Amino acid sequence: MTAPLPLISLRSVCRTYRTDGVAVAAVRNVSFDIGQGEILAVMGPSGSGKSTLMNMIGLLDLPSEGAIYLEGANVAALSEDRRSVLRARSIGFVFQSYNLLARHNAIENVALPLVYCGVGRKERMERAERSLEAVGMLHRAHHFPRQLSGGEQQRVAIARALIASPLIVLADEPTGALDSRTGAEILALFAALNQTGQTIVMITHDPSIATQCRRTIRLHDGELVSDETQVPLLPKRSMAS
Amino acid sequence: MTMLQGFRIALHALRLNPLRSFLTMLGIVIGVASIVTVFAIGAGAQLRLQEQIRSIGANVLMITPGAVYQGGVRLKEGTKLTMTESDVQAILEQIPEIQAAAGSIAGTAQVIHESKNWNTTINGTTTGHFMVRDWQLASGRYFSGAEEAGAGKVVILGSTVAHELFAPGDDPIGAQIRIMKVPLEVVGVLDRKGPSQDDVAFVPLTTAKLRFLGSASGINRDSVAYIIAKVAADGQMAGARSEIESLLRQRHRIPGGQEDDFKVQDPAAAMEAQQGAIRTVALLLVAIASVSLLVGGISIMNVMIVSVTERTREIGIRRALGGRMRDIRLQFLCEALVLCLLGGAIGVVGGVTLSMTVARMAGWITSIDGEAIALALAFSIVTGLIFGFYPAHKASKLSPIEALKTE
Repeated sequence: MTAPLPLISLRSVCRTYRTDGVAVAAVRNVSFDIGQGEILAVMGPSGSGKSTLMNMIGLLDLPSEGAIYLEGANVAALSEDRRSVLRARSIGFVFQSYNLLARHNAIENVALPLVYCGVGRKERMERAERSLEAVGMLHRAHHFPRQLSGGEQQRVAIARALIASPLIVLADEPTGALDSRTGAEILALFAALNQTGQTIVMITHDPSIATQCRRTIRLHDGELVSDETQVPLLPKRSMAS
Repeated sequence: MTMLQGFRIALHALRLNPLRSFLTMLGIVIGVASIVTVFAIGAGAQLRLQEQIRSIGANVLMITPGAVYQGGVRLKEGTKLTMTESDVQAILEQIPEIQAAAGSIAGTAQVIHESKNWNTTINGTTTGHFMVRDWQLASGRYFSGAEEAGAGKVVILGSTVAHELFAPGDDPIGAQIRIMKVPLEVVGVLDRKGPSQDDVAFVPLTTAKLRFLGSASGINRDSVAYIIAKVAADGQMAGARSEIESLLRQRHRIPGGQEDDFKVQDPAAAMEAQQGAIRTVALLLVAIASVSLLVGGISIMNVMIVSVTERTREIGIRRALGGRMRDIRLQFLCEALVLCLLGGAIGVVGGVTLSMTVARMAGWITSIDGEAIALALAFSIVTGLIFGFYPAHKASKLSPIEALKTE
């Protein structure tokens, strides 16, 4: 399953939190690779370390032990600022609760990562329009988050995750706050994005979502218990390499 | 993220809560407004004094009556007019450093020209008075010798009085005006010397004594209320002063050990001392005003800390989307700076308005200079940086993971 150059490699990754002198291991000795163009579900009950794992893949957190390589580079060796820049350019986050800035309209929210990439205002707005169009939300560009439905907000959030053409989109329970029909639409959007070659990692505890992904990693008590590639229910796509 | 983007984000955030933003910057507004006002009033007071110093003339000594003994009782200074016209003559003739000298008596009276009238100071003096004070004529002439000797019915007007009694196109020279029912011919109008100096009408000393002020208590035919004398050069002031003192003691037959019945003053020097006092008071007031700037800074810090707490999630989102710690710090620092600068600008406008109102209502002279405004604005920038730094630093140190978890 290992691609010639894995996008992301986890090697014996452990993450231990120390609260009141008691060490709690959230992630223990996890190793796997994520290849270019993959769509991957990370499953597990709550407290199994899914979010911790995603924070580390998203460069928000560092492993206590082991190493994570992004395009071959050990992320622990990068400075805090460098990791921030990489988050802006290479990682697209999609959250369960959308996490749009309430006081900015849709297009400003979508353009936000580009502020931290040093892109000028005019170009930001043009690219934000294209990104909104890609998720079918251009007609809501000047609406504020509170004026949008949950599904619409999540589409805006996906547009924001895509705007800097990231290496990988990390989605943490992207359908968790949505009804099943809207959730299905969002999943279809992710599937369509994956068809264009976008690498996506999706965290979920919903098995029906996991079945729509080609590959599923299961975590339990911070340990990797299974890593399966299955025949997808989605139409099979041809991979780049 | 650039500074400009930081300011744009800050303005956006502050516009969303205008009342709160305004209340936050109120301390700065008040502080800056008071600094600007105090500066304006202080500078105005100094200007007024400088003008007075200038109007007295350079190297002028003023001799006024001192306290006198009358049967062992010390009377109030000026109760008795102790100087005389012959004292003036003696000073002029016997002290070589004195270029010019003149005695004066003064009172106030109504001056009338046709349908207009005006209350002003009537100063009875000799032409020497204008020489001492380097006071030039705008038109007409000074008193003639005959007028001075013979109580001529002539008057020289200060520019304020001329302005009050005559219409703009009207030539006052040759016109008849009346003072206490006495008709007088205007022979001269003086140059401007300053608002506090120009409200005066001069008549010959003899005229004043005979026709207006002679019946006032303590004025005999020879006495004058005060003498002004011009010393030739700046370095001779002290020498001339002591010579006048010994001359007058001798002329007034004051035994050794007894107090002088006159006082010799250097009004310009006294006013310079007063100027120093005004500067000290103004600085003190500025220091007090700066305290309100400090309080304003603290209130900004307070609101910024609350704001950082409220917007923890926003900070988390911005960090996750690639904002560096320094970007977050810049964002919040810009907010504090914008608050201070905006507050400072409103304060400058308020201070200028206030000092102009004070100038109009109280009749004080105020002077607004760019330096005071620049200083006040610089103060507010420094306040913004000092009190904005801690909340901004706090915001930048938040862990993005923790920040994203907060509701």
